[in-house]
Amino acid sequence: MLTKRIIPCLDIKNGRTVKGVNFVNLIDAGDPVELAKQYAEIGADELVFLDISATLEGRKTMHDMVLRVAEQVNIPFTVGGGISSVEDVDDLLHCGADKVSINSSAVKRPALINELSQKFGSQCVVVAIDAKQLDGKWMVHLAGGTIPTKLDLFDWAKEVESRGAGEILFTSMDHDGTKAGFANEALAKLSALVNIPIIASGGAGTVKHFVDTFTLGKSDAALAASVFHFGEIPIPELKKELRNNNIEVRL
Amino acid sequence: MKLVIIDYGAGNIKSIQFAFKRLGVDAILSSNIEEIKGADKIIFPGVGEASSAMKMLKESGLDIIIPTLKQPVLGICLGMQLMCNQTEEGNTQGLGIFDVTVKKFSKDVKVPQMGWNTITNLQSDLFEGLTDKDYMYLVHSYYAENSSESIAKTTYDVEYASALQKDNFYGVQFHPEKSGKSGERILQNFLNL
Repeated sequence: MLTKRIIPCLDIKNGRTVKGVNFVNLIDAGDPVELAKQYAEIGADELVFLDISATLEGRKTMHDMVLRVAEQVNIPFTVGGGISSVEDVDDLLHCGADKVSINSSAVKRPALINELSQKFGSQCVVVAIDAKQLDGKWMVHLAGGTIPTKLDLFDWAKEVESRGAGEILFTSMDHDGTKAGFANEALAKLSALVNIPIIASGGAGTVKHFVDTFTLGKSDAALAASVFHFGEIPIPELKKELRNNNIEVRL
Repeated sequence: MKLVIIDYGAGNIKSIQFAFKRLGVDAILSSNIEEIKGADKIIFPGVGEASSAMKMLKESGLDIIIPTLKQPVLGICLGMQLMCNQTEEGNTQGLGIFDVTVKKFSKDVKVPQMGWNTITNLQSDLFEGLTDKDYMYLVHSYYAENSSESIAKTTYDVEYASALQKDNFYGVQFHPEKSGKSGERILQNFLNL
């Protein structure tokens, strides 16, 4: 059976991991490659690297990092942040990235999704959607949830699927950072609405939150950062617990 | 050991090259027919869309050469699908090495299948040291039908051939280069053939 996936997300600035990472056995916790290797070793199913560099130089170091990850890590990984053209994606895939994630650039110019899926195949096009509830409606936001758009989450999800997205990474800005659980109601609705995999993001705090998002939320994968980076939820134990709850995982 | 990865413009060739490098083997990327013919082992990769990949093979004459190769050839993902008779993707005629049709998953499941799934009914030296509890990483919307040439099976929507073999030709639907230690074992087994 196809398993549910556990995906640690690493924020990268100028080629280094930014959020504090408290990981045993790491010589250099700021080195994304070291961290990625460790995650692959302990059973992460995929990795996401999110480039939050604000400068062009910072972005250039990303290519070098992607190349080093591809050299040394034997599980798939996605690269996101600041990607706005076919050339950007071509460069990253040539460095060895398996998938790319686009967000604002897709909202600003939805045809980018078509161009990427036609040129590289849907399998490598992840569309990240950040949304929060305004007056009971899930509205898409940009720039880490600070800029609201007029797009409804579910309409936008339908549209990105029809334009050729291979996967949706949905972050609930209402849940992100709360450690109070994923946005399972919205996730379940998304999963029923589109026929491509959904990655749940925002709200992971306990093992039960992962159980809930795979059962109640119908998510295909769950992404988290700090609970993994600080060892609050060790991935091997998380996966054992998921299996104890009859959720198919790779052990 | 001269290992050549066929470079015809389709796919995540770099990841495959890196995976062999981790096993201590420097693979050569090449579209040169003489170089391919002179290799000890050959990888036939592929990611993307079937009809355009087939077009690229025809333009370089590789569609004629690949079926005549005598050394072990491993097709990966779309590479394996192109080694079959035909695929529903773009109604494309394949290389006809495997007497198998490639079909699209139904709408009963999410398409593409993306993630880790088990391979079972393992019937080849390619899977030496592996069991039906080993997971492989797969990303695909089309699948090869089961046949007498199946050497591994996977279930998603239907039970299909996740690996095929005929004589010196091997094909795997999954990405061994992205499937952790189990995947690396398969690549090592291929080198050992």
